Amino acid sequence: ELCQPGAENAFKVRLSIRTALGDKAYAWDTNEEYLFKAMVAFSMRKVPNREATEISHVLLCNVTQRVSFWFVVTDPSKNHTLPAVEVQSAIRMNKNRINNAFFLNDQTLEFLKIPSTLAPPMDPSVPIWIIIFGVIFCIIIVAIALLILSGIWQRRRKNKEPSEVDDAEDKCENMITIENGIPSDPLDMKGGHINDAFMTEDERLTPL
Amino acid sequence: MEKARPLWANSLQFVFACISYAVGLGNVWRFPYLCQMYGGGSFLVPYIIMLIVEGMPLLYLELAVGQRMRQGSIGAWRTISPYLSGVGVASVVVSFFLSMYYNVINAWAFWYLFHSFQDPLPWSVCPLNGNHTGYDEECEKASSTQYFWYRKTLNISPSLQENGGVQWEPALCLLLAWLVVYLCILRGTESTGKVVYFTASLPYCVLIIYLIRGLTLHGATNGLMYMFTPKIEQLANPKAWINAATQIFFSLGLGFGSLIAFASYNEPSNNCQKHAIIVSLINSFTSIFASIVTFSIYGFKATFNYENCLKKVSLLLTNTFDLEDGFLTASNLEQVKGYLASAYPSKYSEMFPQIKNCSLESELDTAVQGTGLAFIVYTEAIKNMEVSQLWSVLYFFMLLMLGIGSMLGNTAAILTPLTDSKIISSHLPKEAISGLVCLVNCAIGMVFTMEAGNYWFDIFNDYAATLSLLLIVLVETIAVCYVYGLRRFESDLKAMTGRAVSWYWKVMWAGVSPLLIVSLFVFYLSDYILTGTLKYQAWDASQGQLVTKDYPAYALAVIGLLVASSTMCIPLAALGTFVQRRLKRGDADPVA
Repeated sequence: ELCQPGAENAFKVRLSIRTALGDKAYAWDTNEEYLFKAMVAFSMRKVPNREATEISHVLLCNVTQRVSFWFVVTDPSKNHTLPAVEVQSAIRMNKNRINNAFFLNDQTLEFLKIPSTLAPPMDPSVPIWIIIFGVIFCIIIVAIALLILSGIWQRRRKNKEPSEVDDAEDKCENMITIENGIPSDPLDMKGGHINDAFMTEDERLTPL
Repeated sequence: MEKARPLWANSLQFVFACISYAVGLGNVWRFPYLCQMYGGGSFLVPYIIMLIVEGMPLLYLELAVGQRMRQGSIGAWRTISPYLSGVGVASVVVSFFLSMYYNVINAWAFWYLFHSFQDPLPWSVCPLNGNHTGYDEECEKASSTQYFWYRKTLNISPSLQENGGVQWEPALCLLLAWLVVYLCILRGTESTGKVVYFTASLPYCVLIIYLIRGLTLHGATNGLMYMFTPKIEQLANPKAWINAATQIFFSLGLGFGSLIAFASYNEPSNNCQKHAIIVSLINSFTSIFASIVTFSIYGFKATFNYENCLKKVSLLLTNTFDLEDGFLTASNLEQVKGYLASAYPSKYSEMFPQIKNCSLESELDTAVQGTGLAFIVYTEAIKNMEVSQLWSVLYFFMLLMLGIGSMLGNTAAILTPLTDSKIISSHLPKEAISGLVCLVNCAIGMVFTMEAGNYWFDIFNDYAATLSLLLIVLVETIAVCYVYGLRRFESDLKAMTGRAVSWYWKVMWAGVSPLLIVSLFVFYLSDYILTGTLKYQAWDASQGQLVTKDYPAYALAVIGLLVASSTMCIPLAALGTFVQRRLKRGDADPVA
């Protein structure tokens, strides 16, 4: 008579075995009930001062075909039930073990009035989006810098080119070398040779 | 001393640039909505008629003007008549407003794109509450996708008055969006011409991939049937016609000066009539194509939600009446409901308010447009697909391409008149001019990354361009037909391209299109006046839904300023020219 719906310290449990396991669903019978009692007793034994809890101290009642039922945990004298707070914390601490025993999860094995602790989402120290952002940001910055620099370089060459003879061109190249602080004569020479053909064409088309 | 104007490398680049500009987010998130609102398949009738009588002629007109005058909007209209230079200025001002807020969409697309590389997708689950026993309250009341949009992305404030500060995450994304735009426009047509190959074609690749995926999704046919079932009675609805005309008008991007700018880089002999027809047809075709994709995904989403709803009801009944698990199915649900209602009337009536009414029809009826469609509804569909990360990345990549493609046109509309002006371009290189424009826009755009930024975004989106554009294009057509002279323009075109202009275009330019625009203008103006106080939708965190609020006085002032600052350019510039000429004549008279 300690175990009845709505009784003090009694908890309702709901299982959705078919939803969770589909064709592999097992039938809910007395053996499963025994396992359930064992799991509850196991959880209770971990609570301080309740190490003596036996399987027979867990009482089930009102088992429906849903499968749902009520349960209480009694003290060794079997005269009164253990306080709800203790049962609650015991179940919460071991919810994962209980779930695994029945191949169920928080949604398909519900202890009404005992909210299960949800797994916190993975929280990496550096958010993923900022990493991707950083990569793309750097690529864009480099591309812009390259385009601008090449634009400036092209313009310099073009400005110098019309001002006659090779002398002037040499001078220009010297200037570049000095400005960059890198002796890059061979590179410039090479560039000059290749681009010669395009220069006149560019000049005709691109305004400044 | 005239410098040679830079040209497109080939006419394909020009067509791609126009397509990339015209095909924008409106095709993806506005057209499907209009289809849904105005009779599904039957909306195509007004849409196609408006395309032929309004879209094509006006597009042709703008391209022809650009190609003939070979200048950006300001210069082109000044050449036609000095009194009209205000039209060009107004175009530039509107483009400036547009690019200011438009790039915020790209920033959001970047933000969602970056967050797509996670498992699970951050908008598929609600964050946990403080003690880890349930989910965040606001998220529970709304939905995980709404929560991610309003709280994580916008961190929206409860009203326009509470500004909040600039938030660094969206601000960074906006900065990135502007850098990307700057990279694309840095070298003028030279670089834009190459970028448009990607921005114009990649969205189609993604759309095709999505079409294949969409059609194979469970429930896609529900959405497609919904879209293609014509509701003929909507043809008698004048709003359907007005919306069709408006959609064509804005989706082609008329009046911004972008098309004039693009066409100004054409060879004068270019056959722009052909290009106008191609671009407008492709634009409309894309809208229809995108709707098919959208509706197949819509169907999937609606079916998914409908089945979820049924499952929830089944679970509720199973739990309350302790029915056997798995006994209730979608097919016997109604029957069992009836049985339970008669067997346990009191218990049933007690829980009856909790039973949701599941209906596929009403799921399909919820029409959403704009950012709500892209960032809330689409993400909701994506999160339920398999390999959702892949689809999410593809989708937001497509949005980015569409957005950046349109941005290229918007910035060209600002930059071409600036680089055309001798005073500016003689002092500053092209890179510096475009850099400055991007910088200024980005700095002002930071307003939209504040907590109240989305409300300002709505203000700009609703009021910055609508009326001004109608007025600008109206003045443009009148200017060409009656100021410059239709005959003269016709002979110019003939000399340029070597083809006579067909009577059809002339009738449309001189009569039908201006009348259409005037009627649209009158409709919108009276609509604004009749609605009385302007309202906006604010997010209420405690209810987890949108509530309607009145705009505060200063917001109304900003709206007024937005409209006035662009439209007033036209009369002011005309007045200025008039005064200038008077003064000149006054100076000249005594000497003579």
